[in-house]
This record gives sequence, C-alpha cells and structure tokens, in this order.
Amino acid sequence: MRRVAIAGLVLLVLSASVIAGCGGSSESSSGSADLTFWTGFTDRELGVMKDVVADFEKTHPDIHVKVVGGISDDKIVAAIRGGNAPDVAHSFDAGAYTGAYCSNGAWIDLADYMNQDGLSDDVFPEVPRQYSQFEGTRCALPMLADVYGLYYNKDLFAKAGLDGPPQTVSQLMDYAKKLTERNPDGSLKVVGLDPFDGFYENIAAHWAPQWGVDWVDESGKSNLAAQPGWADMLRWQKELIDWYGYDNLVRWQASAGDEFSAQNAFERGKLAMNLDGEWRVAFIGAEHPELNFGTAPLPVDDGQPDLYGSGYTSGSIIGIPKTSGHKDEAWQLLKYLATDTGALVKMTNGIRNVPTTTAALESPDVKPDEAFNIFLDIFGNPNTRTTPITLVGSANQDLVDAFVTKYQAGKVDDLEGGLADLDQQIDAQLEAAGGAQVP
Amino acid sequence: MSRAAEAKPLPAARPLDRRSARRRAAWRRRGQVLAFMSPWLLGFTIFFGYPLVMTAYYSFTHYDLLSPPKWVGLANYKYLFTGDQRIWPAVSNTLWIIAVAVPLNAIFAFGVALMLSRARRGIGFFRTVFYLPALVPPVAATLGFVYLLNPGTGPVNNLLRHLGLPDPLWFDSPTWSKPSLVLLGLWGVGNLMIIFLAAVIDVPKHLYESAELDGAGGWQSMRWVTLPTISPVILFAIVIGVIEGLQYFTQAYVASTIAAGSAASATEGANSLGYPLYSTMFYPVLLYQQGFRYFNMGYASAMAMLLLVVAFAVTFIIVRNSRRWVHYQGPAVR
Repeated sequence: MRRVAIAGLVLLVLSASVIAGCGGSSESSSGSADLTFWTGFTDRELGVMKDVVADFEKTHPDIHVKVVGGISDDKIVAAIRGGNAPDVAHSFDAGAYTGAYCSNGAWIDLADYMNQDGLSDDVFPEVPRQYSQFEGTRCALPMLADVYGLYYNKDLFAKAGLDGPPQTVSQLMDYAKKLTERNPDGSLKVVGLDPFDGFYENIAAHWAPQWGVDWVDESGKSNLAAQPGWADMLRWQKELIDWYGYDNLVRWQASAGDEFSAQNAFERGKLAMNLDGEWRVAFIGAEHPELNFGTAPLPVDDGQPDLYGSGYTSGSIIGIPKTSGHKDEAWQLLKYLATDTGALVKMTNGIRNVPTTTAALESPDVKPDEAFNIFLDIFGNPNTRTTPITLVGSANQDLVDAFVTKYQAGKVDDLEGGLADLDQQIDAQLEAAGGAQVP
Repeated sequence: MSRAAEAKPLPAARPLDRRSARRRAAWRRRGQVLAFMSPWLLGFTIFFGYPLVMTAYYSFTHYDLLSPPKWVGLANYKYLFTGDQRIWPAVSNTLWIIAVAVPLNAIFAFGVALMLSRARRGIGFFRTVFYLPALVPPVAATLGFVYLLNPGTGPVNNLLRHLGLPDPLWFDSPTWSKPSLVLLGLWGVGNLMIIFLAAVIDVPKHLYESAELDGAGGWQSMRWVTLPTISPVILFAIVIGVIEGLQYFTQAYVASTIAAGSAASATEGANSLGYPLYSTMFYPVLLYQQGFRYFNMGYASAMAMLLLVVAFAVTFIIVRNSRRWVHYQGPAVR
C-alpha cells in the first residue's frame, strides 16, 4: 500500500513538470464605446498618461477610456490568448515585442486605418518608424522613445579637477579612474563609471552605437565577429573593470541601490558618471533635486570622432489587440496618443521621455531643460541606432549579454573566436524559432 | 455491495438467470466504482492528460503563443540535441543542485527530526520553529536571503567581516550562487523534517529494546533499527527531492533577477536570468525563457517532454533500486 502511495505522489509531482497549453481566443464585442487602455507606466508617470487620456475624452465625448497601469508584456500576451485583451495596449519594449505582435496579427494591421485617415508614417522620424513595424506590417505606432546618454556629477568633476564631459572612450577611461575613490581597505567608495554588463542600463545594445557597430549584415545574419568595433568595445570595458578589480566592483554594485529608487548610486553621488536614459532627468528632479549634474552624449571610439553626438534609442509602441471589440474607437485613441502634437508634448513635459513625431519634437511647447535637451539632440542625430527587431524577442541581445558577462569575468580566452561562435548561436536560435526548418 | 441483487426475490434458480443477474450486478459495481473515481478521473484527464497530449503535440510545432501552431516535425528536437549551446550548462547546473541539495536536505531534515524526537521539553515550540520557514512563500524567502546575503550591505557579511572571516559574494558570485540556493533550501526543509519526525517517532520501541538486549550501542541501533525502519521515508525524500530538483525554478528566477539588480527595462529582466554567469540557469529557467520570453513555445514544449522522460526514467531507476534497501513493514511484523 505504501508503495502505491509513493507512486501516486510521484505521479502528482511529475504532472507539474508538464506545462499546460491552451490556444484560441474569442471575439468580444458590445455596443458601447467604453475602451480599456493598458499601459506600463506607474505612479507619477501613470498620472500624466491619465491626464492625456482625459483630454482625449473631452474631444471625444462618446468614448470613455479606462486606463490601467503597471501592465507587462507577459500580461498582454496572455490576455490576447485568453480573449480578454484591452482595446489599446502599450508595450515599453519595441525591440523585444514588435516582432511578436506584428508577425501574426496579435495586434491588428493598421494600414487600412492609416489610408482611410490619410495618415502617413512619415510623421515619425526614421528610427521609431522602423521599430514599430515588422517586415512591412505596421501593427503599432511609436509613442515616446528612450534615448541613452552620459550623466555626470558636476561636484565630483570639480573635486577631481575635471572640466566638462569626456568625448572619446580613452578620455572616458581616464576620467573614470580619476573620479574613483577607494576606502582605506581597498574597497570602492565612489566609482567613476561602471560598464559591467547588466548593471543598471549597461547592456551591449546601449554601448554599441559608440563604436559604430551593427548587429546584423545585409542578409540579416548576426555580424559581430566581422566588425572589429565589437571586440574593441568589449576590451575597453574589460580593461576598466579589471582596473577596479572584478570582485571589488561586484561588491560595490551589491550596495549600489536599486536603479529605480531614490537609492540609485548616481543620484546619491556614489557613481560619478553613468550611462542612463533620458527619463533620469525627471527622476532626479523628483528624488534628488539637490544633485548638481550634467548630461552629454556618450563618448565615442577614438578612431571615429564623427560619431560623437549619437547614441542608442528604442521606444514604446502602442497597438490594437485583435480581440478588441471596438477597433474603430480604439484607432481614434491610438492616433491621438501617437500623433497628436498636444498630447505628445504633454507627455514629454510630464514624463520627460522623447516625443516620437517630428512635429512634437520641433514644438515650441516642449519645456526647455538643458539636461533633457541633450537627449533630444541625440535622438535627432543621424548616427543614432537601435537594435534589430526579431521574432524571438530579445534572444539575440540576451545571448550577447551572456557572452559579455562571461568575457568581463575573464572566462573567455579567445575573444574573436568567441564572437564568431556567438554569431552562429544567434543565427541558430533565430532559425529554430522562426520555424525555418520546415521539411 | 451486492445488496440490490440479494433484495430481488430470486425465482427458482435457473443457471442462465443467475449468471445474467451476476453479470448485471458486476456492471452495476463497475458503474459505482467509476462514479466514485470520477472526480479523480476528470481531474486527471483535464489537468494531466490534456496538457500532456498538447505539450507533446506542440513539441513538433513552431508555436509563438499568439498564432496557430505550425508543424515543423523534429526540428525542435534537432535544435535541442544539436543546436542549442545553452542546454548543457543548464543541464549541468540542474544535476549539480540535485546531487548536492537532495542528500543535504535529507540529512539535515533527518538530523533535525532526530534531535526533536529526543527533546524532553519545549518540543512543540521547537517543532514550530523548525517548521515555520516551510510556510514562507518561496518568493518571499528568496528575497529575504538575497537581502541577508548581500555582499555589500547584508548582515551576514557584516558579521563575517567583524569576525575577520572571508565574506563571499553569495548570489553575486558564480561559485557561491548555487551553494546560496542550497542554504535557502536547507532553511525551508520543514515539510521533510515533519515527515522524518513522524517516521522516527513511529519506530517501534520494542525493536530498540531488542537491539539493546543484543548489546547494540547508540550508533548501531541507529544503523540497524532506525534507518531500516524509516527507509520508505528516505526513498520518498529522495524521489521527491530529485523531481523537485529537476523542476527547480522559482528560487533561481527570483534570486538571479534580484541579485542582478538591473531592472534592465529594455528586456524586462530577461537577460538577468542565470545571473551571475549562467550559474543559476537551470533547465526549467531556460525552458521558461524560451517559451514565455522568446515566444518559442514549441521548443519549450520539446524541452518539457525531455524533462518528463528524464524525470520518469530517474524515478523508475530509483524506485527499482530501492528494493534492495527499503524495508516495508507489513502488519504481520507488528
């Protein structure tokens, strides 16, 4: 009997190892024009979004919108599958999700609506225009973008006798060393700059434009090993990390404080320079208004000074899940949020993200702010880059970052060979996920 | 059971009639058995049979969760066995956690149970204290451990530094991340401890007395009385431990994401899975990443099928071998 009981328990536990799957979705529709809008924003930023939506309701009295904040893409995907997705959905991460939403009709194709309203995607600058469509299908419109640059602490600069931000990566290394302070026991007190992959916003994608490198070749194959800039970038990062001492840096990071809190190391003066997004300007204003800081484009490869002023950008997208029962009304809201200059300016002034239409970028109503304007300039720079959209979310970037962390820890002997191997892995993952091996 | 058949006044028994009556009764009995089993049958079919069949089907398709699956034959399995370089690190991490955590958990739980079984006073208090951690949800427990073991600010390392002892990087070091998870597991071993405690208390006194009469000391009566008597529970601990090890997910997911500290808003923490340096990338974590982060549910299903086969095979081998060392006490022995 006991043996049977054990067998039964075993079976029960085994059953949990099988992941459940259920497909299909049902169309829902009702007569009223009550829309639901899901957004990733929370707290202060969600308040701004609700304000903008309230403006929309004033000009569209027949449409009522319920705004729900703090939504992740996992939840959007699950809701689309379950048939209870909102009428308009907002994703923070175009790079990882545009492919997923556009390739299969999960978000509806907007071409008909755009033709009907005579709306051309020329109203969006080149980069957001790219990352909101996948292989010719426009299932999303860009709504606000993120741009990355250098934040520097002016007080710490003055203390170290430095004047103005560095412009090349060799200067950046030099400054980082000068700004670093150590405790008597050798541990790090103030870090000049921390390029550790995975620390705050430091990932390969955000640094790569400063070496002018691309992710793929013309045929769409991963192209890391063939561009020496990739190896240069990784060697540069590792040299700085080794100068701190890998373990020292890891120890310091563990006490650096959560990125999205008032404990952020840069905001507390524990980090003299940091790669970060434009939103930090508003966070500092709200959390540490006393901080004396400046912003600048990230320094560039010494051999390519022309790149100075450019950087990395990616952004948010909004679209209409296929399960929406009010697609026409949802389109009205979508168009308003993505293209109305007044709406975008209001978001930009409130959230301090970069607006994504040319008209809003040039609008005199965007509140001038020296630190924030730098990011508008980076966004407009012709050399500013984004990451390629794939069918497998951020799998390509994750593979690169996993390799970079391994290299930074000193576990890769042959950098060039490792990069070539990485190219193969990325291509294999894309091929496997694309169902390209259909016999 | 056959009351209905008895109640019926039987006519002068013709053999044919009696046989058909018996057959009817047998059918009725089968119906009753089925009716009593139906809740389990339904549950089994809906929550085990259907998902299993669908997982098997999806494993031969490309399925992105949002559009209908496309048949790709063996492509997922081919990539699993020949293409994906992340499989082997994930498998070896999983084997590591099984090889280290399962015996340690069993020994620790047994040790605590043994101590508690001998406590004379405050047994209720100590039982509660040792069991309590098992009630803490795994996510909360992991968050707590990541905080306690923070290399820079955590109380554990502060203490170690005060004592002049080496202070490891714990969840931030590829060498220490898995041992940290093992510590977390040991802390929450309460469930197993209670089972062991029940088994240890249940060992018949007269066996100890006989052993004592035969001149057995403490160690010998443990080796020849306690261990054989509780061997079914040890088997249970091993089998369940191995299966839980194969499915090790929540703690690894939470610890890597939190310790990595990068909100990495661009990728929603996907790239911090396995932090640091893939050392916490266990097989189920990789499966999750493929299925739910990379929209590669067909491939994730193939991984799940392999996991099922391995779990089944390992369990079969353990239970098969156990005949040599597990003693079941029939009622006759007592």
